[in-house]
This record gives sequence, C-alpha cells and structure tokens, in this order.
Amino acid sequence: MHARMSADEGRSTVGTKACGSDIAISRPSVGEAGNTGDWRNSRPVIDASVCMAAKAGKVTCQLCWVYCPDACITQGAAPVIDLTYCKGCGICAQECPVDAIAMVPERAHGTCEG
Amino acid sequence: MADQQMTVMTGNEAAATAAKLARVQVIAAYPITPQTSVVETLAAWVESGELPAEFVTVESEHSALSVCIAASTVGARVFTATSANGLAYMNEQVWWAAGARLPIVMGLANRAMAAPWNVLNDQQDSMSVRDAGWVQLYCRDNQEILDTFLQAFRIAERINVPVMVCYDGFLLSHTVMPVSVPDAAMADAFLPPRPAPLTVVDPDDPRNIGAVTLADPRADAEGTSCHGYMEIRALHHQALLSALDVIPQVDEEFAAVFGRAWGGLTWEYLLDDADVVLVAAGSLGTQLTVAAEALRAEGMKAGVLGIRSYRPFPVEALRAKLVGRKGALVFDKALSYGYEGPICSDLRAAMCGVNDAPLVFGAVCGLGGRDVSPEQLADAARRAVADVHAGASERPTDWINLHLEG
Repeated sequence: MHARMSADEGRSTVGTKACGSDIAISRPSVGEAGNTGDWRNSRPVIDASVCMAAKAGKVTCQLCWVYCPDACITQGAAPVIDLTYCKGCGICAQECPVDAIAMVPERAHGTCEG
Repeated sequence: MADQQMTVMTGNEAAATAAKLARVQVIAAYPITPQTSVVETLAAWVESGELPAEFVTVESEHSALSVCIAASTVGARVFTATSANGLAYMNEQVWWAAGARLPIVMGLANRAMAAPWNVLNDQQDSMSVRDAGWVQLYCRDNQEILDTFLQAFRIAERINVPVMVCYDGFLLSHTVMPVSVPDAAMADAFLPPRPAPLTVVDPDDPRNIGAVTLADPRADAEGTSCHGYMEIRALHHQALLSALDVIPQVDEEFAAVFGRAWGGLTWEYLLDDADVVLVAAGSLGTQLTVAAEALRAEGMKAGVLGIRSYRPFPVEALRAKLVGRKGALVFDKALSYGYEGPICSDLRAAMCGVNDAPLVFGAVCGLGGRDVSPEQLADAARRAVADVHAGASERPTDWINLHLEG
C-alpha cells in the first residue's frame, strides 16, 4: 500500500470519516448549510402595522416567503423570519409590495460592534 | 486470439472503438482538431444505432463536460474527448469533475496551446491540468490507446476519480497502425457495468450534492460531523494515491483477459544495465527506444523509462528503476514557463535526497509539432553525457531542434 499522507489529526476529537461519504452530499434539512445567520449585518424587521397579511389577519401576500433565497421565512400573518439562518440579503425588503420590511443594522440591536 | 480482430486504424478510431466496447451510456463532446474524428466516429455509431448511447450535442467544451458531470452524477458511464484550447475551455468543469469524484473518462489528443495559433502536437494542454485531481495516463501507440481507455473506465470506477487518457495529436491521433480489436464479449469480460456511484440520486429520499462546503467540519442537521473542504480534498488525494496500486492491478487484470500488458505505472526498454536513462511520456518514448539503440551501438549503456501514469506520479516505481543509474535525461513536450519541463521537475523532486540517485537533466522538444528525430534525441543524450564528463552536475534545459541561432 502507498501510505504517503501524514496528517496532524491528534487535535481532532470527532473525525468526519464517520459521516460515511467521500463527497459533499447531505439531506436537505433546516440548518443543513450551517448557521448562515452568522453572516448577517442587517436584520429584516416586519412592521405588522404595514404588512398586508398582518393587517388582514390571514395568510395572504407572502411574497417575502416566495422570494427568500434561503427559505428561512415561514408563512403567516405576519410571516416569521428565522434569524438563525437569515443572511440579511434584503431581498424580502426589496420585494415587499408595501415596504413593510426594514433592514435594520445589527449594530442597532447591539449584536454587532460598530 | 480468435476473439480479437487485427485491423488498421488511427489513434482517434482506437479511442472511439474503446468507448464503444466500454458500452458508454452518455457521450458529450465538441469537435476540435486533432480530436475531431473521435467525436465524428462516435456520433455516426450513435446515429446508426451501432452504439446505444445518448450523444448530447453541445455548443462548447464547457458544456460538454458539464453534461458529462450531470450524467456521471446519476450513475451513467460517460465519455468525452478534447484537445488543447477545448480542454482550457473546460477548465472549470475539469476541476469540478475531479472534486465531485466522478469516474468520467476523457480522451485528450495532445495539442499545443495558443497563442500563437497552432493545432499540432505537444503535451502542454494536459500538463496544464495535472494538478486538477484526474488520473493522467499517456499512450505510446494506437493499441495502447484502445487498451488504456478500457483500463481507464475500470480504474476510474474503482476509485471514483476521472481519468484522462492522453495521446499525442496527429502523431497517434491521425496515424494508422495495426490494432487488435477485441469483440464485445471479451470487453464485457474485462469491464463490468459501472458500480453504484458515490452520489445518491433518489427522488423519494433527496440529497444535496456538491453543496457549499466551507473551511471547517461541521455538524449537519442530524448532528453528524461532516467534512469541511479540506477533508474532502484529503480523501480525493488519498483516492488518487490509491491509483498507484489500482493502475498496475488493472493492467494485470487486463493482461489476463487480452494477453497484453502495458507496464502499469511505467514501462521500460533496454533498462536492465543502463547507466543513462532516457525518460518521457507518450509517443516520444517510442522514439527514445530508437535513440537508445543507436547509443548502445556506439557503446553508451542507454535505456528508456516511459511514464505511463503521470498523475498519480509513481515516485516509488521511478526510484526503484532509477537508483544506481548515473544519469536520467527527461524529455518534456511541455514547459512550466519560467522554470523547466514539468516531468523533469517532478522527477528531480522524486530523486531529491535519495541515496545513489542519478543526476537528472531536462530537455524540451517538439513544442507546437516541431519535429524531433531519434537522432536528435540521441544527440541530446550525447551532449548531456559530455557535460557530465566535463564535470557538470547542473545544466540548463536543453532545447532540441531550436533554430533561434541558426
């Protein structure tokens, strides 16, 4: 056999070989791409007094849910944004037909140092 | 053997014939000189029904390899072929095919890279993707082309790494020579259908395939610790190193069925007692055998060591063949501009620090189809030996048949 690779693997407590695959493959599921919310520098905040669904009190419009590229919005009145995975791209705010979503810098929430 | 038919064909026909014998299921390729007749031949066979495969016509080489990637991902046996600028156009997908561990087999009729425009032979094209993670095998003649393609599918599918079968443009691609063609039953005896792929393609239990994989390992949604990019790359490297065992094994298995073997990782000629070893990959090695005979006739103990597997680079095999020799002269049909020939660099590195290693010198020849004769190759060996006798332990790359100075 040709054992030519050596690696400093002593530090690792959990090896990844146990995942059972040699390639990048996984089951689609919530959080499968990691905590992508870590990347966000602006947070979408829905103003329920403006949101069409919230005002109507029923699941209508939902364009933010349609357009969210990370599928981290749940349908509702108003829709619910999962900030664990929201990257802060702002597409929902851009697409909201009544401008109910504001992109507020994380700094304003005290979660990001200025 | 009764089940092999001796015929006369070009290297391109040998490549296409091998793809047919391998029962490839999907072909996507774009014609480029000097590979064109591979594509034309396969397209004709698919059109006539002689080859029951999908031939996907595409608008570019990038798309050709993209189609191959998709087809291989779902488990098909896939073939493509290209040359030079076509390979360069594929470049992004060359890396994807390897990193995704897809056992695609590609024929590469070696041709010079532009600019200036040139459609003739050298090996700069394949050398430029040597680090992409494919197995690269180089052929000496048309029989070896046919046989190596059959072996390539078996190697690729055993280790889930794509294989590039390289053969010199025009010198082999367009030159006719006798080729023993096995019948379908014999090919089937050697090459079973493709085993299950690494990918899982199941609409009832879907997967993300090739998703973003960042720097560190991380737990997936089920809590399993999954590879980061570096773990996947380490596994890929291990697979390529395992080819150092698999390539010779497959050559032996091939010999058991067909009665021909090609040396596995390397091949040799007049090497047993050789002091001076001439090294090359591809058809240049065949020319070196003529040069070695001429040098022997004048008393120089010359031999030839041919490199069949360039990636993985067979370091241990090369050391075993070269330790104790006085010198090795590497003939490259490519150049790492600003340094030296790529095979020369790799061989020097393989010999560095090894006891009783030969001096390793480099020569560059045949760029852009520049003719190189066995006599010129022998002359290069004579010059190298004369330099050593004059006390040289280092010397610049020798450019053979260069006319800058008349």
